[in-house]
Amino acid sequence: MAKLKSPADLEKKRKEILSQRDPNKPCVTICSGTGCHALGSDKVAEAFVSAISQNGLKARVDVRRTGCHGFCERGPVVVIFPEGTCYLGVKPADVPEVVSKTLVDKQLVERLLYKDSSGKTLAHEGDIPFYKFQSRIVFGNNTRIDPKNIDDYIALGGYAALAKSLFKMTPQKVMDEVKRSNLRGRGGGGFPAGVKWETTRDAPGDIKYVIVNADEGDPGAFMDRSLLEGNPHSVLEGLIIGAYAIGSHEGFIYVRQEYPLAVENTAKALEQARKYGLLGKNILGSGFDFDVKIHRGAGAFVSGESSALMTAIEGKVGEPRPKYIRTAVSGIWERPSNLNNVETWATVPLIIDRGSDWFTSIGTKGSKGTKIFSLVGKVNNTGLVEVPMGMKLRDIIYNIGGGIRQNKKFKAVQTGGPSGGCLPESLLDLPVDFDELTKAGSMMGSGGMIVMDEDTCMVDVARYFLNFLSDESCGKCVPCRAGIEQMVEILNRICAGKGKPGDIELLEEISEVTRDASLCALGQTAPNPVLSTIKYFKDEYKAHIERQKCPAGVCKALTSFYILPDKCQACQICLKNCPVEAISGGKNLVHIIDQAKCTKCGTCYEVCPERFSAVAKISGEPVPTPVPAGTEVVRKKGQQG
Amino acid sequence: MKKVKLNIDGKEVEAEEGKTLLEAARAAGIDIPTLCYNEKLAPYGVCRFCTVEISKGGRSRLVVSCIYNVEEGLTVKTATPKVIKIRKMLLELMLASSPILLETAKQYGIDKPRFQSEVTQCILCGQCVRYCAEVKGANAITFVGRGVNRRVAFVDEVVAKGVCMDCRQCYGLCPTGKIPRETDGAYFEGIKVSDVISRKKTK
Repeated sequence: MAKLKSPADLEKKRKEILSQRDPNKPCVTICSGTGCHALGSDKVAEAFVSAISQNGLKARVDVRRTGCHGFCERGPVVVIFPEGTCYLGVKPADVPEVVSKTLVDKQLVERLLYKDSSGKTLAHEGDIPFYKFQSRIVFGNNTRIDPKNIDDYIALGGYAALAKSLFKMTPQKVMDEVKRSNLRGRGGGGFPAGVKWETTRDAPGDIKYVIVNADEGDPGAFMDRSLLEGNPHSVLEGLIIGAYAIGSHEGFIYVRQEYPLAVENTAKALEQARKYGLLGKNILGSGFDFDVKIHRGAGAFVSGESSALMTAIEGKVGEPRPKYIRTAVSGIWERPSNLNNVETWATVPLIIDRGSDWFTSIGTKGSKGTKIFSLVGKVNNTGLVEVPMGMKLRDIIYNIGGGIRQNKKFKAVQTGGPSGGCLPESLLDLPVDFDELTKAGSMMGSGGMIVMDEDTCMVDVARYFLNFLSDESCGKCVPCRAGIEQMVEILNRICAGKGKPGDIELLEEISEVTRDASLCALGQTAPNPVLSTIKYFKDEYKAHIERQKCPAGVCKALTSFYILPDKCQACQICLKNCPVEAISGGKNLVHIIDQAKCTKCGTCYEVCPERFSAVAKISGEPVPTPVPAGTEVVRKKGQQG
Repeated sequence: MKKVKLNIDGKEVEAEEGKTLLEAARAAGIDIPTLCYNEKLAPYGVCRFCTVEISKGGRSRLVVSCIYNVEEGLTVKTATPKVIKIRKMLLELMLASSPILLETAKQYGIDKPRFQSEVTQCILCGQCVRYCAEVKGANAITFVGRGVNRRVAFVDEVVAKGVCMDCRQCYGLCPTGKIPRETDGAYFEGIKVSDVISRKKTK
């Protein structure tokens, strides 16, 4: 690998890579992101390699393991180019058929295609609703790139924005372009990136740092992980451009150790970029020096907070600092340090390449461009989705997400992770952008989106997030440490049916102080899950406290399971599946749950065949007296026992 | 040193640039209550007890006065209803694990604790930890654990070397008196790092 010494060298390299690649040559791309990897994509890729070689196609077909495609629900995902044929849920056993049918005979394997609700199959990725309604400007290249091969990135025009910045733009011009784009930080607060860059550039001091925040820690969020795993060079290119604009020569990528593939692919990307002269001394012959170190985080949620992250980079315990000076002015070793999130950095090359006018044409008045969300929970199509700012929650959940699982009723969507809030059905038409979400009592956060259905207890949800925050609070300041602890106590007792009148007000009282007095954003935003659920689902709190009723039947202490004697068909499925042998009965006999033995695990409720629906969840009222043991079932017409 | 003018509780105050609001207020005879503050140590800002309300140009916000520096034209109010509400709640929260603070709490009209927690009699103000590191240079005391499991503990090896036995300067710093009470023996039983860690493991 020879060093590239000028933009012309880079362009020559790109042409050289392209000249060796026939765009019409079939290429099988196998998603090897974390989700598909867990579903066995490695074995699928191996099966493709061997089947292709057995068919004598080795020279005529490329196989590429790429980063996350986003449609994690239906993985492992395989896309075959140039046609863009998309196969879902591919198993190694399917591979020989795909190779002989699709690669040799150019026919589709129907059963692996996406089927819409009417049963019609859709062959191309772009036609599948999950993808069709997205604008994958940041995330889209994940499907075309082997993250371990810099040539794949360069082939798609990678590092051209860096060359443009270094040779056709002054640092000031780069800064102006990013400011004009109104790119807001994708990590949480939504602070304008360009303004932050400028603060760091203008802060006194010769040594300045730029940092990638890849300490993603929200439950259910994995977009930064997938971007860093799947397209590390896009993040790196953005970082180098930012360093050039700011006048920084040293950068850090703070990535959590629990993301081994992200660490591995990032390390590889740095190594390859250095070999190509895209990182290190005299980048592309421009005279600009910049290098990056990877700092592996020890997995503390609070370390995603800027001052805590910087303290951790210094080698100390990752705890926030109680200072009223921004890290952009005084960060790592008290030097100006500009921190941006993975997605923010990955967006920068696009803005430089296509211009701020293009970028500002996407999105809403205050929030420009796109945002990647981790769409998870009780939605049919879970995965990573990238949409223009301003798309309605409803469109994301129903058009892209395919609606709620098992046709259940939507109850709430939680955005912004533990610092965010739960929004009810009445806000489904809310356009998703930084300001609208904040106004509604939630936040964008880093882009977690957890969809909840009618079977979700909102008090339990608040309890879950507060428990998480209680575990993750560093414990340094009183309002966060002890405030969250007491809120968890109260939520625990409400869920246990021991809530007292005044508990809602007490939660609000603690929330106010925790929000106003905490040292860092973790504590300041910790009350959000509590306050937003009280705001939109107060009835559920009241039902728990006043009537010892959990309307969703989730809180164990308030829920019982009861077998309806007129519906039970004595199929014995619940009886056999009960883990504590609490169900009695037998052939032709109505099954009865021994309430004293029952642990309320809900297994009977889940296994009872839908056509019988004989198990009922009871909350807030006494369990009916069971029928005498030995009562025979009432057979439904046409049902055999 | 350049001087700046600000208004604290209606009083025009002049203070050197770089001084904190707490220093400026105390120099002007206005007291702001503190728990983790110690003038011999670098400000730590974790008890949040010295929170005050500041405003400039119509916008007001809450800051901790032991960290926030004086600014020209700043209006500082040290005991607004909001500030008092915060201090009261903070005391109630601390009272749960440190019932020994009840006398202090009574001054704020708190007669009876509303919250309960594991009693440690330590508010984690860190004065002992910081004094040992910043003044004594011994680093014999440290924080262990995080969140509700955060504790102060003696680093056994250093203790074994005898640094602590001859020093005992942290005894007088402890606002709840936990250290002199519980270390009144040769080996600081119960608050050694190894004890805290093994206790957590067996939990």
